[in-house]
Amino acid sequence: MASQNRPLSPHLQIYKPQITSFLSITHRMTGLFLAFGAVLLASWVISATYGPEAFENAQSLLGSWFGKLILLGLTFSLYFHLANGIRHLGWDFGLGFDLTKVQATGIAVLIFAVVLTVLTWFAGYAIVGGS
Amino acid sequence: MDMRTPLGRVRGLGSTNDGVKHWWMQRLTGMALIPLTLWFVYSAVQMSGASHAEFTVWVGTQGNPVLLILLIICMFHHGQLGLQVVVEDYIPSESTKMTLLIAIKFAAIIFGTSAVFAVLRLTVGSS
Repeated sequence: MASQNRPLSPHLQIYKPQITSFLSITHRMTGLFLAFGAVLLASWVISATYGPEAFENAQSLLGSWFGKLILLGLTFSLYFHLANGIRHLGWDFGLGFDLTKVQATGIAVLIFAVVLTVLTWFAGYAIVGGS
Repeated sequence: MDMRTPLGRVRGLGSTNDGVKHWWMQRLTGMALIPLTLWFVYSAVQMSGASHAEFTVWVGTQGNPVLLILLIICMFHHGQLGLQVVVEDYIPSESTKMTLLIAIKFAAIIFGTSAVFAVLRLTVGSS
């Protein structure tokens, strides 16, 4: 295997923080979190097959402050991962590769994710009246 | 005429594993998830605080069970592909990597199948 004393390439802390690298790692982290969200979604649906009591337990767990915090994180993660995923699909078609466009679409993705997260939660509170 | 052996010709051209299929399935499921997840968020907002009865009515309404099953399949397939890449990127130990990959694939299939079965149980035969 590799010998011990080889020089290392410059690591993360040497680079200036950039929107490109920041969004790239955020895409990964939101993806990881959404995988957990998938398990949560599955458990939510499965709980309903165990009857009203189990489902109501799941609902109140999701409705607790901690549950809401998780769901808020998942909402943002979903919108971010979705928008940035579309950005990736654009790159697959060879679109938007120059630096100014990459930065502009990156900022657009962030704004989209934040705005839609806020709108979704406003809609949620409007519908259920905060319950 | 090419005098090189078949092995010599493909050497250095990259892995012969199913990289293209992985890449392609990730895009396909990703594209499918755009409408499916947006539909789900819209629905989930309305299901916040819903009772068991309201929930089962929603699951059984018109296209909902089919959309839910499609969402579950695409979501776990896409998630499992993504987690695989993360593990392959960050876990150097071959044995740990294999163990994690197997665990991820099994978990995705188990949770996905259970969730699909749950949708069927909530809809088929009831109401």
